[in-house]
Amino acid sequence: MRGDGRYPLTEADLLSLSIGAALLGTGGGGNPYVGMLRSRELLRKGATVEVLPLDALADDAWVGEVGGIGAPVVGVEKIEQGEECYRALRAVEEVSGVRISALICAEIGGANSMEPVITAAQAGLPVLDGDGMGRAFPEVQMTTFFIYGAKPAPAAIADDKGNTVVFRDVLDMYWLERFARDTAVAMGAGAGLAIAPMRGDFVRRAAIPGTMTQALEIGRTILDARAKRQDVVGRIIAATGATLFFTGKVTDIRRELLGGFARGEAQIAGSGEWHGSEARIAIQNENLVLWVDGRPVIMVPDLIINLDLETGEPITTEVLRYGQRLAVIGLPAHELLKTPEAMAVVGPGAFGYPDLVFSPLAGGRVGNGKDVR
Amino acid sequence: MIRIGIDVGGTNTDAVLMNGTQVMAGVKAATTADVMSGVVRALRAVLGAAGLQAEQVDVVMIGTTHFTNAVVQRRDLAPTAAVRLCLPATASLPPMVDWPEDLRDVIGHHWWLAHGGNEFDGRPISRLDPDELRRIAGEIRERGIRSVAITSVFSPVSTEFEREAGRIMAEALPEAHITLSSDIGRIGLLERENAAIMNACLRDLSREVVAAFRRALTDVGFTGRFYLTQNDGTLMDADFAEKFPVLTFASGPTNSMRGAAFLSGVRDAIVVDIGGTTSDVGSLQKGFPRQATVAVEVGGVRTNFRMPDVFSIGLGGGSLVVDGPDGVTVGPRSVGYRIVDEALVFGGQTLTASDIVVADGGAELGDRAKVAHLSRDLIRRARDRIASMLEDCVERARISAEPLPVIVVGGGSILVEGPIAGLDLIKPDHFAVANAVGAAIAQVSGEVDRVYALAEMTRDDALADAKAQATEAAIAAGALAGSVEIVDVEDVPLAYLPGNATRVRVKAVGDLHAG
Repeated sequence: MRGDGRYPLTEADLLSLSIGAALLGTGGGGNPYVGMLRSRELLRKGATVEVLPLDALADDAWVGEVGGIGAPVVGVEKIEQGEECYRALRAVEEVSGVRISALICAEIGGANSMEPVITAAQAGLPVLDGDGMGRAFPEVQMTTFFIYGAKPAPAAIADDKGNTVVFRDVLDMYWLERFARDTAVAMGAGAGLAIAPMRGDFVRRAAIPGTMTQALEIGRTILDARAKRQDVVGRIIAATGATLFFTGKVTDIRRELLGGFARGEAQIAGSGEWHGSEARIAIQNENLVLWVDGRPVIMVPDLIINLDLETGEPITTEVLRYGQRLAVIGLPAHELLKTPEAMAVVGPGAFGYPDLVFSPLAGGRVGNGKDVR
Repeated sequence: MIRIGIDVGGTNTDAVLMNGTQVMAGVKAATTADVMSGVVRALRAVLGAAGLQAEQVDVVMIGTTHFTNAVVQRRDLAPTAAVRLCLPATASLPPMVDWPEDLRDVIGHHWWLAHGGNEFDGRPISRLDPDELRRIAGEIRERGIRSVAITSVFSPVSTEFEREAGRIMAEALPEAHITLSSDIGRIGLLERENAAIMNACLRDLSREVVAAFRRALTDVGFTGRFYLTQNDGTLMDADFAEKFPVLTFASGPTNSMRGAAFLSGVRDAIVVDIGGTTSDVGSLQKGFPRQATVAVEVGGVRTNFRMPDVFSIGLGGGSLVVDGPDGVTVGPRSVGYRIVDEALVFGGQTLTASDIVVADGGAELGDRAKVAHLSRDLIRRARDRIASMLEDCVERARISAEPLPVIVVGGGSILVEGPIAGLDLIKPDHFAVANAVGAAIAQVSGEVDRVYALAEMTRDDALADAKAQATEAAIAAGALAGSVEIVDVEDVPLAYLPGNATRVRVKAVGDLHAG
């Protein structure tokens, strides 16, 4: 580790990072397995990636943000050519006329945790210890960067074939989501997106700090607990400060397609301490709201995480099924996601629950708690 | 119809002879190193016990762990060429990228990426290039490889490129075995490709093994058809099994669960198969094992096969019983097949779970006088321990609050008498050879797994189309047309895709055609 707190990612870190990122995906975000393999291949061929703390970032440094955009199920079949995000990043650099000196993750939860690591390895850049969600969300505009005023353009999207599309003038982040989504589908529902470069001082203010390291540590905890045959769920709770909200067995799972997203609901019959209770989870790619015996107890933007009761494996919403035994844990979202501006974009109302009054969780935290600003 | 079911396990080769739905005889023989002589012995014994001649038997069904073990033990695997139709997509992860190094070494590091492949909606990623494929075929020939696995991106949605590439390869390499991934797996490129490569590397062995089974059957005078059972409890004929040995993976647990369903007449239940060393626990839905939804590893390789969702605990008839400072433990160590020498009731020196049951009067086995010295207290505590282990795993396997019965099968079934976890217990006749019964009654299946754009058709039409395709596939595999029923339907909306893209998975099964 150097004086400014940067550290290199090792091959073993990649597995830990992918497991911790799956947990922070709160049921969505796609499976980071493919991304873990891709970054591992790059490291094995000699590439290196350093994780750089946010406070080591200069005010006038330019930060790039990259991520995959498309359908998670396409990601497991049409694996990336490999340089989609890299090409998008170079296009954004070219159009904006700035040199990018570090990369940041839009979404630490799920598959997009690995994409900046991969691009960083290819571009020879460090990856910042932080992200724009501290979890996973379904849409491009739902990052702290956009919530706190990042410009939506110029952005670029690149596919596996060599097509790169630049969005030069885009009115706001909702337009960007729409254009990028439609272009990604035309490209085969899997593409790399890079958004407009952000200044270092802005990123230090707007990013959720420490989430790369936190995902890494969660993953290490899970692997260690498994190796020692310890209670994995208990170790996760101890390591994150999360609260156990329910244990039980899935008794019903309903899914439907609404507005291009997988929405649905899971019913869980309580076991152990919750024997006789009933829980319900609303889903839109990610877990949105948890009700226990009819009372809402966790809701977006706070994190609702389903773990396999035996193995501690984070359960994504697409593999949630009848009969699974779950531990449902809750982790408070970062403060940056709970301001009035943020609640308008990622609060219960933004997900179609205007009647739910957000009551924030206590106990545990996403990020490292360092308030840089 | 008179049929014989054989289960070739690691320890025992079991055989049953059935007339229609009636079990006429069941026998156990030791599995032999060459496998074949054990099969011949079991066949002769079961024919003798039923008082029938081999020529009176219509069909023989064989369940075997031979191919799984070959991969797990890295033996008898052929050098294999992996060809992926994908470029420019997927270049970031070459074939076999997540395999254990030792297995990759055994089959060589032979892979090629070529043009082709489809998008999720069927559009080509790039055109197939026949010259490119012929050039690859030339390199495969130069390296002396005779097994080829071809995988095209989204081939479960469109099989055309794989078929065309297969034709080109077959023309250029007339000696080679060619496996197409769409014949084996479902969506999930790496897992399907892994399955195709494992299948290809088993093709030399499968030719030998199927020929040896055929010889064993001829040796005893059998002249009818014979089948192998696959991981979903259904059959494949010998020629098909020779082409798709990988589909036999995990057929063992499946057969014992199917046998349990048949012998008990119960179609929805928890099944506990207690062997000498472990117990396999799973759940039956409509007479078929519930399938796992997450990636299943075989020999360290991720696959997405249709595998039963079964887990094992270290409890069997030969499990060691140890009374220690923290109370009594049962298993996971076991005397296994040496139980006939080492258990107390057989004059050995080791206290096993079976000894406890015999001492408690729960079973007649060996010499009960040899366990008369065990204290009542120890017997009680050990039985409680066994009961709580079983209770725990039955609770884990339960998938609804419904009070499903528990069916207990396998040679170690003597360990159980009363209800488990408050659920009714069924111990059917012939419980010890349930796995061979499962092989004997195996049905024929067809499966479809593809993405439909529901903007272009209704969900009902898409499901109807998938069901029709699955039914056709079952009939093509040898099912009696009138007997085919749909046993599994699953549709999952694909997030982010337009046109309400939905992935539909349907399985149809039917009785084996008698003719």
